[in-house]
Amino acid sequence: MLTPLAEVTNLTKRFSPDSPPALDNISLKISSGQITGLVGPDGAGKTTLMRHLVGLLHSDSGAVSVLGMDTVSSAPAIREHVGYMPQKFGLYEDLTVQENLNLYADLCGLTKEKRIGSFRRLLEFTSLSEFTSRLAGRLSGGMKQKLGLACALLGEPRLLLLDEPSVGVDPISRRELWKMVQELLDGGMGVVWSTSYLDEAEKCDRVILLNEGKTLFEGKPAELLTEMRNRVFVLYGADAGDKRSVLTDLLNKDEVSDGIIQGSGIRIALRKGAHMPDMADCLRAEPVSPCFEDGFIDRLGGGPGGHSPLADIINEKPDSDGSVIEAKGLTKQFGDFTAVKDNSFSIKRGEIFGLLGPNGAGKSTTFKMMCGLLQPTSGSAEIMGLDLKTAGSEARSKIGYMAQKFSLYGNLSVRQNLSFFAGVYCLNKAEAGRAADEMTNVFDLGSYIDTNADTLPLGFKQRLALACSVMHSPDVLFLDEPTSGVDPVTRREFWNHINSMVKKGVTVMVTTHFMDEAEYCDRIGLIYRGENIASGTPDQLKASAVTESLTSPSLEDAFIELINRSEAGRTQ
Amino acid sequence: MKRLLRIKALMIKEIHAIWRDPKSRIILIAPLTVQLFLFSFAATLEVKNVALGVYSLDRGKQGYELIQRFAGSETFSRTIFFNNPAEAKKALNEQKIIAVISIPQDFSRDIESGKQGKIQILLDGRKSNASQIVMGYITTVVNTYSEEITSKAGGTVLPAIVSGRNFYNENLIYMWFNVPSLMGILTMVGTLILTSLSVAREREHGTFDQLLVSPLMPWEILVGKTVPPMAVGMTQGSVILFFSYFVFGIPFRGSLVMLYAALFMFALSVTGIGLFISSLAKTQQQAILGAFVFMVPAIALSGFAAPFENMPQWLQGCMQVNPVKHFMIILKGIYLKDMSPANILSNTTPLVVIAAVNLILAGALFRRRLE
Repeated sequence: MLTPLAEVTNLTKRFSPDSPPALDNISLKISSGQITGLVGPDGAGKTTLMRHLVGLLHSDSGAVSVLGMDTVSSAPAIREHVGYMPQKFGLYEDLTVQENLNLYADLCGLTKEKRIGSFRRLLEFTSLSEFTSRLAGRLSGGMKQKLGLACALLGEPRLLLLDEPSVGVDPISRRELWKMVQELLDGGMGVVWSTSYLDEAEKCDRVILLNEGKTLFEGKPAELLTEMRNRVFVLYGADAGDKRSVLTDLLNKDEVSDGIIQGSGIRIALRKGAHMPDMADCLRAEPVSPCFEDGFIDRLGGGPGGHSPLADIINEKPDSDGSVIEAKGLTKQFGDFTAVKDNSFSIKRGEIFGLLGPNGAGKSTTFKMMCGLLQPTSGSAEIMGLDLKTAGSEARSKIGYMAQKFSLYGNLSVRQNLSFFAGVYCLNKAEAGRAADEMTNVFDLGSYIDTNADTLPLGFKQRLALACSVMHSPDVLFLDEPTSGVDPVTRREFWNHINSMVKKGVTVMVTTHFMDEAEYCDRIGLIYRGENIASGTPDQLKASAVTESLTSPSLEDAFIELINRSEAGRTQ
Repeated sequence: MKRLLRIKALMIKEIHAIWRDPKSRIILIAPLTVQLFLFSFAATLEVKNVALGVYSLDRGKQGYELIQRFAGSETFSRTIFFNNPAEAKKALNEQKIIAVISIPQDFSRDIESGKQGKIQILLDGRKSNASQIVMGYITTVVNTYSEEITSKAGGTVLPAIVSGRNFYNENLIYMWFNVPSLMGILTMVGTLILTSLSVAREREHGTFDQLLVSPLMPWEILVGKTVPPMAVGMTQGSVILFFSYFVFGIPFRGSLVMLYAALFMFALSVTGIGLFISSLAKTQQQAILGAFVFMVPAIALSGFAAPFENMPQWLQGCMQVNPVKHFMIILKGIYLKDMSPANILSNTTPLVVIAAVNLILAGALFRRRLE
């Protein structure tokens, strides 16, 4: 029988009296030998909840107890039995792996004799044995998280709290991390794994789904999926150039609660009790098993509609048969290290091209060279026939760029951010004013117009970032993990806007290791060890990864399979 | 035309970013006002408000007369009498007094019998500068007193006496030296901190990439990032000028136009240094450390804390790259003595060189980030 390790009852927490609660009447039980998923988008209250569990925060009302002890009164006693790995784990980047371990062993008060055994066991477990003398700052994202995990495990905790361990970790390392944590369960440890990736929820034994501080669902993941049974379909047969319009039409129908592009297909979820809507004859619907995100969206009352008002104001980009973005033999060397090797691709007008690859494979370097942030060592990057090296300014004026962490000016108001970006993209006063008004309307920023960008809710930051990058009506849009961490509804809204721009001929290049984002792409280039090891539509990539044991691989499966094959080819 | 539009947008953004951030608003206002008043009134090298100890064994008229002259002096706020040398020594040790005048038993008798009277002065060598000044005061008082006695007694007056007269700062008012220097120092502190943070902050927040992918050219970014902090620095300088003239009553004898021309070049050179530091730094923390690494020696060795001429020759050579040193000469020259345009020009030229070198380096470093 499972024993509860921790219990939270009716926990409510507000950070300031007039803001909505960060946690609103949360109750949950954490059992030993299980992974409890704390799932929700950024700002849902995951970290706040975790910090309550180790007694770093005190609740306004409600009680939190761990191992039968109250977290407020017995915090020091609890901490001896709890391993906590915060989001940005406190690794000392200028210390080596071994020095980090020593430091945490000292902090846990581990005796000398015990230490040697623990170190060996944990280094083996995390496969970091070869890297003990490497500086922590030089480790890849996945390895950092493994080291963080090792440090958290030093005190042999009974409850392990992991705050977003999979952020910044590529799919391969993510799988390894999951496997490692699952092995820990056999010893009776209880694990809390918080994540904003909804697909990870399905791997948990129990899940608490949070959104804006409220519980949307608590229970076994399968229970949420049961509600969605027979309501999720993938539609095939839409013409490649047409699928975005078909999706927009579908989303505008009452029966459809949610829809996204998935490779060449369109995945839709129907409202409860609704029948399949009428649609073009060429489309055929195949029922598929629902995923956690379907359940999440359903709990929130469905996704956004299909209409993007942005489409009405973006001007139609001129037809062109040639490529809009072209990389010719792109190579980048940092000293002896070749980050990108002879990478060539071309992207046509109105196409979404995705760069995928594990951390450190060279996808960011490629991306940066394509938008002019890095100069290639050899080869060239061209935007609409303009070389970024020679005609930099003119080429860059045709680009819109949206960085991962929404690089906005935090202490400038929404209006000031808009007018700044209008200014640097050379809109004159009348154009700038009109563009700012349009953006304010399209993205519904009116009520926040004089609010500092820093204090905007996450979803609005995302909108403002997009508004700033498209207000000069660019021909090309560069997106760097544009929707990581944002809630699925905002993500759908975002991709609706992108889709509507693509329909008008805007060309999009996106880098991501978020498979959902990759599914929106028309074509994907898979970068590994600086080389483009595979490219094609998402479906082609999936098809090429089919093996006997894996008959219908997901994009993530394909990603891993193709990288393993490349690795095998290298060693032969 | 398009270029101007872009640069203008960047400048407006910079000013908003400076002004809307409560922290940088404080950096601009608080140190300026606090330091201006603090340094002007409190930090002075003049010796005032010190206590003098007296240990006198002389009961005669001459000893009493001399002590009264010290007690009546403005320099010494208090005169403390001691009955034994140990007490006096203790008070000196505890810094209650700056000096002890010790008058021997036979002081009055010696003078009245036409012999030389002798007194002893004990000074606190820990305060070397103040002690020297106090010793000077005491010598003056004693000399005046001796002269009076000699002439009263019908003796011949000394064959020659020295009478000093100070040019430019006739009464050696310390504020006249201090406040013009502050104009250089405070302007630099504000401007340097602002500029050194500006690129580093954008880099930390990821907004610098956003600037680099915009049509802005590296030199346009440089211009956009140079002008606003310069404007801020010159405004700060003007505030100090206003206070120095209207509140502190420091004379202003030179040309206002020249001062502003020199201030412009000074602000430009400091901005250049700030941007150079900023383009090297990866984080705001590094930038602020870099700014201080430059700022502290730049001020200490500028001639503000110690006379420039007292430094060893090689250090004087090194200090040619210190903009504060050059601006300090210009400031005091213009404020106190109507320095000639040729002189101002020769002291401004190094500023132009410093500004040009640093701005070019900063620009090159912006570009290097793209490679």
